[in-house]
Amino acid sequence: MAVAQDFLRQIETGFSHAVLAFTGSDGYPVSVATRYVVDAERGVLLLDPPAGQEVTPPEGAEVNIIVSHIRPQEIGYDERRYVQMWGTLEREGGRLAVRPTRSHSWDEKKVPFFQYSEVTVPQAHDYLEALGRERGRPVRPKLSFGWLALRTTRAPFLTATLVPVILGVAVAANEGAWSLWLAFLTFLGGALVHLGLNISNDVFDTLSGADAANTTPTQFSGGSRVAHYGLVRLRTLALLSAVFYLAGIGIGLYLAVERGFWPLFWIGVAGVAISLAYTAPPLRLVHRGLGEIAVALGFGPIMVLGSYFVQAQRFTFEAVYASIPVAILIALVLYVNEIPDRAGDSAAGKRTLPVRLSKDAVIGAYVGAVALTYGLIAAGAVTGVLPRPTIIALATIPLAIRVTRALRRDYEDPYALMFSGMGVNVQLHLFTGLLLFAGYMISIAADRWLDSVPVFLR
Amino acid sequence: MGALPEPAEDVLRRALVSEFTVLGPSGRPITHPMIPLYDGEGIYLHSSILFSKKLAHIKANPKVSLAITDLAATHGEPLTHRVTVQGDAAVIEDDPHTTWQRILPLWIEKEPIVKEFYAKRVALPLFWERSLIEITPRRVLIWPEGSTERPPSVHELTGVA
Repeated sequence: MAVAQDFLRQIETGFSHAVLAFTGSDGYPVSVATRYVVDAERGVLLLDPPAGQEVTPPEGAEVNIIVSHIRPQEIGYDERRYVQMWGTLEREGGRLAVRPTRSHSWDEKKVPFFQYSEVTVPQAHDYLEALGRERGRPVRPKLSFGWLALRTTRAPFLTATLVPVILGVAVAANEGAWSLWLAFLTFLGGALVHLGLNISNDVFDTLSGADAANTTPTQFSGGSRVAHYGLVRLRTLALLSAVFYLAGIGIGLYLAVERGFWPLFWIGVAGVAISLAYTAPPLRLVHRGLGEIAVALGFGPIMVLGSYFVQAQRFTFEAVYASIPVAILIALVLYVNEIPDRAGDSAAGKRTLPVRLSKDAVIGAYVGAVALTYGLIAAGAVTGVLPRPTIIALATIPLAIRVTRALRRDYEDPYALMFSGMGVNVQLHLFTGLLLFAGYMISIAADRWLDSVPVFLR
Repeated sequence: MGALPEPAEDVLRRALVSEFTVLGPSGRPITHPMIPLYDGEGIYLHSSILFSKKLAHIKANPKVSLAITDLAATHGEPLTHRVTVQGDAAVIEDDPHTTWQRILPLWIEKEPIVKEFYAKRVALPLFWERSLIEITPRRVLIWPEGSTERPPSVHELTGVA
């Protein structure tokens, strides 16, 4: 079957020459540069015959023709693209004519290198399996322990746990209840459950095919992929997840026994249940477009209230209120991170919100949610539900604007969005949470060290 | 001075890209754009296991050719010759994680950004599981000034180990 005319037209310009390759009489391939023209109407490539017997292909030979391009740069090169075709060589007048019947091409502008490297993961596995068969023992890819631990646990995302835990501690400390040891244990317990969640999420994404279907993972999205890459066995991951969960639950039970069993027990049950139901069947909340709500609840009210109760041994409206802005922002971290994954998620039946909604609706909802967040912070600070210095959290508004602009500009380009928006969105949650915490600290400090605390510091 | 004609050594040292042709299972030539590396003695290429079909082809049939044809693809002055090296390739992969690293300095010389990527190899771990391809040259074809309208000078290297 002939290569399509449109395919041939793409090499009419943009390449300086072709390289013709054929098998010589001694069995070695011969490759030689030559000029070419495309006759797309006839589906033929016409080549200038290279001079010299050694590089003259026999008529009727199956030949390979490649055109390739790079642009040298100081740091290497870019604009990589190539097209190669195969066909039978004929002579036509003074030229060599090839009517290509097969082709293969790559252009990094159309398929970015990182995406190309994901598409070919099965090729890597096949090769290592074959190598293992040659050697009579399995050959597996490797990563140093430190990198592997970081990649497997996705520990940098622990900021999602840090923020609500310290916020709960701050709300309690503002009321005079404060223990560093209990705060540390709360963070440790929450972090262990979070790591268990991260790993179980990868287990279920591997099992559901979501990891394999996603060819555009980024630093912030697409999971750890350690099972998909063959770096860690699925069984090891499942075991590791269970260990983290059990350790986290153990610390939670200790805190419950020490600080008030039933309230903390039910908070812990809710947190663990939501984290498991996030990707685990039968609920698989993230597959139903409920992932954001699950994440908002888990890393918002549940963690803030849990942390607050450990310190203060009661619940208050203020603690609930303080949890809502960070709950929305952490849900938005997931929401934005789902944008580059939406093609793969859709293929795997993971119907997240960005899969279900149009670009305009996704961005509109983001803007609305961010506006609600800042509205709640401002209203809380003005009315005194939150300490007034928490108004400083509005200082992160420029970050939200940057993310919104990035979404508008780079929505369709996962790698551009990774650099322009996804990292900034993570910072938006972290810095807003830290500024809310700082607002509480300012209020606590003023109360402690000023004889008469001005209203704007209360 | 190495075992190759001097113009070929110069081209191999400076070229940023080559067309590396292997023979597929049916004997059909298949060409891959690759960075040629030369340390004065050996000609090397390297391939991630992500793009490993060529490695399987070499193992089945080691006869290969390496053409350097893009005269402008250098970090400095354009190349003055086009060169094709025909020879036998061997895949060296005692440990795909580490064996290839001995050519890392040569690679970084041609593609300095690789140093940065290598430091962040956690981002793309399978890309850094690689095999080294060493070519034992048998014949070198050289086209002065890059013109293939004139026959190449042919250098048989039967004595090269």
